[in-house]
Amino acid sequence: MTALPRSTGLPLLRPLGNILRALLRNPPSAFGLTIIGLLLLIALFAPLLATHDPHAVDLDNTLRPPGGGHLFGTDELGRDIYSRLVFGTRITLRIIALVTVIVGPIGLIIGTASGYVGGLFDRIMMRITDIFLSFPALILSLAFVAALGPSLNNAIIAIALTSWPPIARLARAETLTFRATDYVAAARLQGASTLRIIVRSIMPMCLPSVVIRLTLNMATVILTAAGLGFLGLGAQPPLPEWGAMIATGRRYMIDSWWLVTFPGLAILLVSLAFNLVGDGLRDALDPRQMTGRAMP
Amino acid sequence: MKPVDVEDLSIRLGDVPILSGIGFSVAAGECFGLVGESGSGKSTVLRCIAQLMVHWQGRIRIGGTDIRRMPLQERCRSVQMVFQDPYGSLHPRQSVRTALSEPIRIHRLDRPQERLERALTEVGLPLHFLDRFPHQLSGGQRQRVAIARALILEPAVLLLDEPTSALDVSVQAEVLNLLSELRRRRGFTYVMVSHDLAVIDHMCDRLAVMQAGRIVEILDRAALIGNGARHPYARQLIEASLEHERGR
Repeated sequence: MTALPRSTGLPLLRPLGNILRALLRNPPSAFGLTIIGLLLLIALFAPLLATHDPHAVDLDNTLRPPGGGHLFGTDELGRDIYSRLVFGTRITLRIIALVTVIVGPIGLIIGTASGYVGGLFDRIMMRITDIFLSFPALILSLAFVAALGPSLNNAIIAIALTSWPPIARLARAETLTFRATDYVAAARLQGASTLRIIVRSIMPMCLPSVVIRLTLNMATVILTAAGLGFLGLGAQPPLPEWGAMIATGRRYMIDSWWLVTFPGLAILLVSLAFNLVGDGLRDALDPRQMTGRAMP
Repeated sequence: MKPVDVEDLSIRLGDVPILSGIGFSVAAGECFGLVGESGSGKSTVLRCIAQLMVHWQGRIRIGGTDIRRMPLQERCRSVQMVFQDPYGSLHPRQSVRTALSEPIRIHRLDRPQERLERALTEVGLPLHFLDRFPHQLSGGQRQRVAIARALILEPAVLLLDEPTSALDVSVQAEVLNLLSELRRRRGFTYVMVSHDLAVIDHMCDRLAVMQAGRIVEILDRAALIGNGARHPYARQLIEASLEHERGR
């Protein structure tokens, strides 16, 4: 026991490093992490990486096949597909980030509160989540976007509205196992308020599984966003959103395969990457493996 | 120093009576033991006294005040509990410092650092343990931290729910000695649950033998040594324990 390093300063950084190392040790999740890293870099340096203006129309150069100045060819208005894909990463990341930031806290708060408080409150909250869960997510988002009006922000709101219930369910199920523990009893004996127990004792315990679920959820979010874009209800035409690119490319698909292939591959690759990282994260944060690693 | 009085304590879960008509009183500064087989309701009595269970009938008084009439803050400062399993009673993501600071913050006590250090010193742990997490402590060390957490609010009554049964024998003795030492120095009133009569014999002045949610007999320590119990179940329990001792 005495050989243990004293934890000084930032206590969060060490477990974070451990998780990162565990992810990199596992080839599939290392691959996923690399793709996500690349995605972030591409989004950050999009203006440097793009060879053309993603919105520049060039009617003399429409539907050019890949090669010869245009890496992935051009679309029906002569816009460079590679540059549009590069700028599209920003839109994809924005959707993922905003949806996660909205859904994570909502799901966590509703789930832990209804699990810990229980009783009538729990029943009401869970029936509400049941109502949301009983619709297919895409159909429900379609309905929301149709009501709110088609735009990128509304698509984000619609996706967020449909993806919090599974998170809340998960957080509630976890809370039910933690509320009976002795450390929660000890906190109650110390006079801690319900809010304090939920925030300080229960939420930290639910966080790993919620983070895993959110990461796995990101793949679905990308697909739903692309689906909404494809149906013309997400990002609107001049924006280089991948789903919208496929939607417009569909009409020229037979003669000009590159219009749909490259955005399709991008969607596939990114949602695969998030799935792989989510799986890796589950392995890394699994409590049994966690104690195995924590004990030196 | 406060006495504990339990009168006619009963609790049911659905149709099943868990406790019926439990009554005993513990003098201020006394150590009172509750013994009995698993499922006899020993721990439930403690959970009722601590108000972790609220649907009971009867009357529980601490220092003469009905605990149901006690404001939450005062109750927390009157009764604290040490749980059986030190692996489950400390929050796995909270350092010792956080675990001990929580009660100080909840009750807005002054001089937090001084209180932290005193609580840790009192249970015989070095100060650099403040930054450790439960998984970096041994079972005995965890139980010491749990005791320190109970002490920090300076309660008059400590409820001990088999505080040593999850520890190995040599550590058991250390923790029991620590508890006796604390009682001698600070004059706590203990209500201690155990199925180990040797532990009760070491710690307690009087004990109650429980069976199926009832107290069958209240004995003092002298009766325990000579097996002067009158009730057949109590005699049998003590006899079995004495035999086990001789066998060891």
